[in-house]
Amino acid sequence: MAERNDRGTRRRARGELEGEVLAALWAAGGPVAAAAVQESVPGTAYTTVLTILTRLCEKGLVTRRREGRGHVYAPVDDRAGVVAAGMHSLLDDGGDRGAVLARFVSELSAEDEHLLERLLQDEQRHRPSGPA
Amino acid sequence: MYLPLLVSAVLAVVAPWAGRRMPPHAGAWAMTCAAVVAAGTWVAELAMLAFTAVGQLPLVAAQGPWSARVLAAEDPVDREFAAGCAGAVLVVVVSVTVASWRRGRALVGAWRECRELAAGGDLAVVDDPVPAAFAVLGLPGRVVVSSGMLRVLDAGERRALLAHERAHLRHRHHLFSLILHLAAVVDPLLRPLERAGAFAVERWADEEAGAVVADRPLVARAIARAALVSSRAGKAALAATGGPVPQRVRALLAPPIPRRDAAAAAFGALMVACCVSLAITAHDTERLFEAAIHARAVATAQGGAR
Repeated sequence: MAERNDRGTRRRARGELEGEVLAALWAAGGPVAAAAVQESVPGTAYTTVLTILTRLCEKGLVTRRREGRGHVYAPVDDRAGVVAAGMHSLLDDGGDRGAVLARFVSELSAEDEHLLERLLQDEQRHRPSGPA
Repeated sequence: MYLPLLVSAVLAVVAPWAGRRMPPHAGAWAMTCAAVVAAGTWVAELAMLAFTAVGQLPLVAAQGPWSARVLAAEDPVDREFAAGCAGAVLVVVVSVTVASWRRGRALVGAWRECRELAAGGDLAVVDDPVPAAFAVLGLPGRVVVSSGMLRVLDAGERRALLAHERAHLRHRHHLFSLILHLAAVVDPLLRPLERAGAFAVERWADEEAGAVVADRPLVARAIARAALVSSRAGKAALAATGGPVPQRVRALLAPPIPRRDAAAAAFGALMVACCVSLAITAHDTERLFEAAIHARAVATAQGGAR
């Protein structure tokens, strides 16, 4: 029983890590080495990152290419046009379809924009070690 | 007879105010429960008031074992008013059916569209320069983020964003918003509560993200940056829901809200008051019908004896 629970939580954590590695690859904007990925997913072992990258390659979400002495990885998007269009149709619908998405941020008014910029600046100033 | 309407109206007014003064997790729960109780009381009371008039209709009275004449004489509720209540109950039933159908279809539609996406773990990335991020309910749920959004955030901010959306999925926040929405459809007085509840749900996910990355200001930065780039990308304006983002950022930069037992007690007391007043009215209505039933029984007995 305990073992199953343990495995259950470990599997979930692995799924989350997979997401984070994928996010890091997309954020990099070009092919990067596993070491660079590991840097942008803090608190992960290099071998774990390699395992996850391999799994993502198997799923066809990531491509691996030999470069110099190692490999570089890049995200794959095979159905870009279709999928992006679908996402826009989801987001642009202001009615119920828009309401069922738990969106990260909602729209801003011009006033909100100024307010946010000020909040960000204040926060930066008050951070003890300065912008990291 | 009208007490439950009054108590549920008071609950509708007090709940958003008290909920905002609680930690978001507790506030979201309290406000959702309050919405259910207030909407339930509202519709049950309307139905009871309506039935005192419906029971007097000759067609209905013929079916029931009560005397329509005695009911009409004893009924303290104005007949036009009760007829209005009957109309209101009808409107509520129709609008709740329509609203649940719409929301349900939208949830299924969003889930279908996201099922198509190839996902690594729980994350699906869409290659699109327009910054966007959202969570879609499903089994399992999905976090969908555009590459444009991932590129403007740094490593820590990306983690904060993912943690926020995962919190929505883990705690079934879609259900909270569905319940709040339907309650507001039942009772329009609950619309401010729907908004306050939706905000509390966002703040809940923000605070959970803050706990996951162990840095609340980091989450605040991620939200502010994401909102600013989304807004600059000039996305087609959706329903104007401006306002909550700066509040969320400000709340994360301020110390966390401490637990407030007084607010929780206010919620509890009002919800109990709702239920008690409803029970009293139910009892009164029952007595009213009992009197009418008794009158009818006596009349029939006398008629039979003659």
